[in-house]
Amino acid sequence: MDSVFPITLTLNGRTVTHDAPQRMTLADFLRQTVGLTATHIGCEHGVCGACTVYVDGRIARGCLMFAIQAEGCDIRTLEGLADDERMQALQKHFHARNALQCGFCTSGMLLTAHQYLGSQEEPSREEAREYLSGNYCRCTGYQAIVEATLAASDELAAKAGCKDEEAGRAEA
Amino acid sequence: MKAAPFDYVRVSCFEEMQEIFAAHGDDAQVIAGGQSLIPAMAMRMARPSVLLDIAGLPGLSGIEDTGDAIRIGAMARYVDLRESALLATHVPLIRDAVALIAHEAIRSRGTIGGNLAHADPASEMPAVVQALDARIDIRGPEGQRSVPAAEFFLGTYAVDLAPGEIIVSVTVPKAPAGRLSGIQEFVRRSGDYASAGGAFVLDVENGRIAAARLACFGVCDRAVLAEQAAATLVGQELAALDPEPAVKALASEIEPTADLHNGPATKRHLIGVLTKRLLADMVSRSGKAHG
Repeated sequence: MDSVFPITLTLNGRTVTHDAPQRMTLADFLRQTVGLTATHIGCEHGVCGACTVYVDGRIARGCLMFAIQAEGCDIRTLEGLADDERMQALQKHFHARNALQCGFCTSGMLLTAHQYLGSQEEPSREEAREYLSGNYCRCTGYQAIVEATLAASDELAAKAGCKDEEAGRAEA
Repeated sequence: MKAAPFDYVRVSCFEEMQEIFAAHGDDAQVIAGGQSLIPAMAMRMARPSVLLDIAGLPGLSGIEDTGDAIRIGAMARYVDLRESALLATHVPLIRDAVALIAHEAIRSRGTIGGNLAHADPASEMPAVVQALDARIDIRGPEGQRSVPAAEFFLGTYAVDLAPGEIIVSVTVPKAPAGRLSGIQEFVRRSGDYASAGGAFVLDVENGRIAAARLACFGVCDRAVLAEQAAATLVGQELAALDPEPAVKALASEIEPTADLHNGPATKRHLIGVLTKRLLADMVSRSGKAHG
């Protein structure tokens, strides 16, 4: 049995401390120790992207980091984005376009698409495909996933446009 | 797919690291970004008994202007390289290379120092630093030293690092006026390691190539400089560049090694095709820049 060590990090905005073995990955830590199971574990060697989480504001592979390395880090998982407008738009369009079958890859896809839409003013199909290429889906193909990502982007842009207009009217 | 047990130590100074190396020797392994090491540990191809995390060591991060060169800290991550205004201005080849490396979720963690110390023969950066004539700055029990990138890579996953030594930075000369650089690769899927790739630098003076450095990756047992091929380019007029002598020289001077998917003959063919394409692309981009 491995001995365990206390790990303190910021998880979805709250400071938490849990004990974990030194060789436990961040992905296993989130699922088994903390009980947050939106983060999935597929290949366990950095290829599939199912375990994608935010580490200090950027997406990373949860299986390519030991939990003990995350001491002091700011970790955000899909659960922590439940009230996020961009994530809600992505979830809505993934649902509307059947951008999943078994759902195993979905949380990783959502996190990756979330960072992509947050980092680009004007997302393009080609860029979205390149960005999502680090996440494997073994059942739907990628067409609907890319479509849903771009549709969410359009909806968010339209909403932002309305807000700008309202702000303009308020100023006038 | 779980790593074998190990002791984890986050070292806070070089002296502490040296003590651990002295006590554990080769059983101690440095971890930087971990994007190659952790998969190797998960597959039990690497089984260090002590994992030395250098993320907290002082002086390993940052990208600085040192006058004639840019000094890149070993712990600079790929996303830092891509977003550095200094590198975009003075060494754009590095930024261009990052776009080809793995995927965004890997680029956020992987480091230049970790990449170079790991020395995967199909990785981009070992070729890029050779094409740029960079120096690898090393610190170990005997003090500091600096090695030209072209002498640092000794073979597959083998580099000029003695036990207890780590890379602290990479010093890259600023590109002179008139420099063209480019990187291309053949990959089976976006983000994969290259089946064959080239990172080329041409220094152009008065419309003629004054110097050339052609680094190839994914072809041989390590990233290599094709010096004879580069020599065929020197003196040629850029606008009328003939790549054929370079392709011919390249085919005879390199010794391709097979990977899982391609044999030596395929690799020799691919690097020839890539050389022509990349040179043509560099020439065409220079025409656009000036015209």
